[in-house]
Amino acid sequence: MRQLTTGERDLAAGVLIVLAVIGVAMAAVGRNEPFGIHGLIVLIYSGCLLALLMSGAFSPAPDPSRFSKYYDDPIKIGVGLTLFWAIFGMFVGVWAAAQLAWPALNFDTAWSSFGRIRPAHTSGVIFGFGGNALITTSFHVVQRTSRARLADQFSPWFVLFGFNLFCLLAISGYFLGVTQSKEYAEAEWYADIWLVIVWIVYFVLYVRTLARRKEPHIYVANWYYLAFILVVAILHIVNNLAVPISVTDAKSYTVWAGVQDAMVQWWYGHNAVAFFLTAGFLAMLYYYLPIRAQRPIFSYRLSILSFWGITFFYMWAGSHHLHYTALPHWVQNLGMTFSVMLLVPSWASAGNALLTLNGAWHKVRDDATLRFMMMAAFFYGLSTFEGSFLAIRPVNSLSHYTDWTVGHVHAGALGWVALITFGALYTLVPAIWKLDRMYSAALVEIHFWLALIGTLIYVFAMWNSGIIQGLMWRTYSEDSALTYSFVDTLVAMYPYYIARAFGGLLFLIGAVIAAYNVWMTVRHAGTATAASSEDFPIVDGVKTHATPAE
Amino acid sequence: MSDSIHRKLERSATGFMLAIIAAASVGGIVEIAPLFTIDDTVETVEDMRLYTPLELAGRDIYVREGCYACHSQMIRTLRDDVERYGPYSLAVESKYDHPMLWGSKRTGPDLARIGGKYSDFWHVAHLNNPRDVVPESNMPSYRWLSTTLLDTTKLPLMLAAQRTVGVPYTDDMIENAAVDAYGQAAPDSEQASEVTTRYGEGTQLSAFDGVVTNLTEMDALVAYIQVLGRLTGAAYENTAAAEPMPEPSNN
Repeated sequence: MRQLTTGERDLAAGVLIVLAVIGVAMAAVGRNEPFGIHGLIVLIYSGCLLALLMSGAFSPAPDPSRFSKYYDDPIKIGVGLTLFWAIFGMFVGVWAAAQLAWPALNFDTAWSSFGRIRPAHTSGVIFGFGGNALITTSFHVVQRTSRARLADQFSPWFVLFGFNLFCLLAISGYFLGVTQSKEYAEAEWYADIWLVIVWIVYFVLYVRTLARRKEPHIYVANWYYLAFILVVAILHIVNNLAVPISVTDAKSYTVWAGVQDAMVQWWYGHNAVAFFLTAGFLAMLYYYLPIRAQRPIFSYRLSILSFWGITFFYMWAGSHHLHYTALPHWVQNLGMTFSVMLLVPSWASAGNALLTLNGAWHKVRDDATLRFMMMAAFFYGLSTFEGSFLAIRPVNSLSHYTDWTVGHVHAGALGWVALITFGALYTLVPAIWKLDRMYSAALVEIHFWLALIGTLIYVFAMWNSGIIQGLMWRTYSEDSALTYSFVDTLVAMYPYYIARAFGGLLFLIGAVIAAYNVWMTVRHAGTATAASSEDFPIVDGVKTHATPAE
Repeated sequence: MSDSIHRKLERSATGFMLAIIAAASVGGIVEIAPLFTIDDTVETVEDMRLYTPLELAGRDIYVREGCYACHSQMIRTLRDDVERYGPYSLAVESKYDHPMLWGSKRTGPDLARIGGKYSDFWHVAHLNNPRDVVPESNMPSYRWLSTTLLDTTKLPLMLAAQRTVGVPYTDDMIENAAVDAYGQAAPDSEQASEVTTRYGEGTQLSAFDGVVTNLTEMDALVAYIQVLGRLTGAAYENTAAAEPMPEPSNN
């Protein structure tokens, strides 16, 4: 924060004071209820940041030379937050998985029962880990590909800390029983409104930075980040429209009811996969993979095809979550059709990524970081194929409501989202701290194998349990009676639940190793060698540095 | 040629932004907007009734504890679903559900027609410790529900908010929400008859958790579970057959 000018510090202090006052008001009207506890959290959070800001209040005015460098301070903090949420979210995931095998692991407390920690796990990894990774890398990528500094110094901090306040309110809420039950959008109305404010600032910052670009064209990665920011805003607002029972209470009711609510929910739910967990991470793929492989993207035309295909087709696909339900048949069919067509743009992206590696396969063998990205592209292709397959009605009749869906999601979440993120982080961290490489290449290698084996164990366990469960549910005896009771199918799941928890544990250990490796890398940053001679923005009029090849 | 058009588009942040919004809007609009306008999306039935204040409070507890993460409330139009759980679900049955709780995963069985299948006593025992009645269960225990008193002060606010989003609660219902909650769980009390007057003869009056002297969260949750699938009889009158299995059964 040392780069903030006096005016920017005053603005930051003003925002934090307003936030603290809101916290006090919430705490006062909410008393001992969750709403009041959330007020207290807002107060403490803004108070801590204010103290941090004040500690540097009288430091000298920032050096004007900062404008000839990229603004990387928020990215450095963002890396730390990403890894914190990764470990938290994955730990809760392993715990939730273990509870399915050993239900006593909630220790008879309400706050840690499965129904409450399950959303803490999904929000922890999707929003905490994924969201921070997206914000952090987008700040990095947009500056480099535009050859321009971030458009503002205050708003990157606002976006980063504001988003993490949202994560904190959402996840602490689930433990307290504050939830609106909409899957992957469980946070209540006040947290949702706060996220809208943060997101608008994020969007303005992003577009202003793009507008300052010194490159004539907007680079592919930025198409995806832009789509991610825009469409997530639309999804979030429409799905979360709700009426609180009073402005001093955490509880609200969604404006949508029944079949319309189901459609809106899965329109949101599936497009959160599309634009939060795919578009944003494809942006990482399109920037970090070519950088690491030192090869240009295989095909510009494929990039265009897959980008517009994904942006257009995905928005139709959500209704495949509602096959054979009370949702009208015509909507189910549209959802299925577009889900199958989605395979084309999805595989165009996965293929484009893998073909980019042509001529660099020896690097994949030697460099675990690049292997993270290659496996991510492979899992992306695998899970999008599986997604189109599961969206076909007859297949869905077997897979729906079973662990097959869970396995599919985690093939995407672990194999695609997390692997590409770790690949991006291992590329980003040395670059930002001006180092040649990570602290330990061996630890990156170990992390890679833990992550891969963990993912495979997890996914195979869930494929098996899901298909077995689906088949058992529909097995008939000779006299046309159902052969198995529901409990019979549950008993058959136990060995797979234990295997799943073990696979998740391996993946979690990998994330802890990554955090240690990053920490040690940053500690050694003091003895930095030399910054890349190309890692500078183009300052108006003076084109002192070489432009990167597109 | 398309390359050159796109090359131009890539040069404008605003143009690119608008193109994304345009491309992404079509699917949602085509699939969602008609659900509000096409009449037979949600069937019209005569006997559809509202959740009582106690049942609504129970529903909120069901939401709070995340029960939807393991129990669906949507019986599909598949033979094995219908034979295991009952007639498949109709859109009208969740007409007043804000939010819907169709769910996405069955770690436990579907609950769309669980109402009336087991006694109140069974549900209380099951929620206190699922393994007492289903030894193989991996469901958590919810024993604190029996000892936590239900907060009835917010019931009028809850009903009023439900009315704002479209559930036809009357002023009378909102005003008497707290009294009605007591009445429903105390079948021999004076207030009990008022509940049936306001919410219909089909309303289930019962000392749900077995104790009439106080109103607990267990009362509310069991009252909600016992009304699932019983807001209307329409699904039982629906004569349409379940869809055949998409592949030959393996017998």
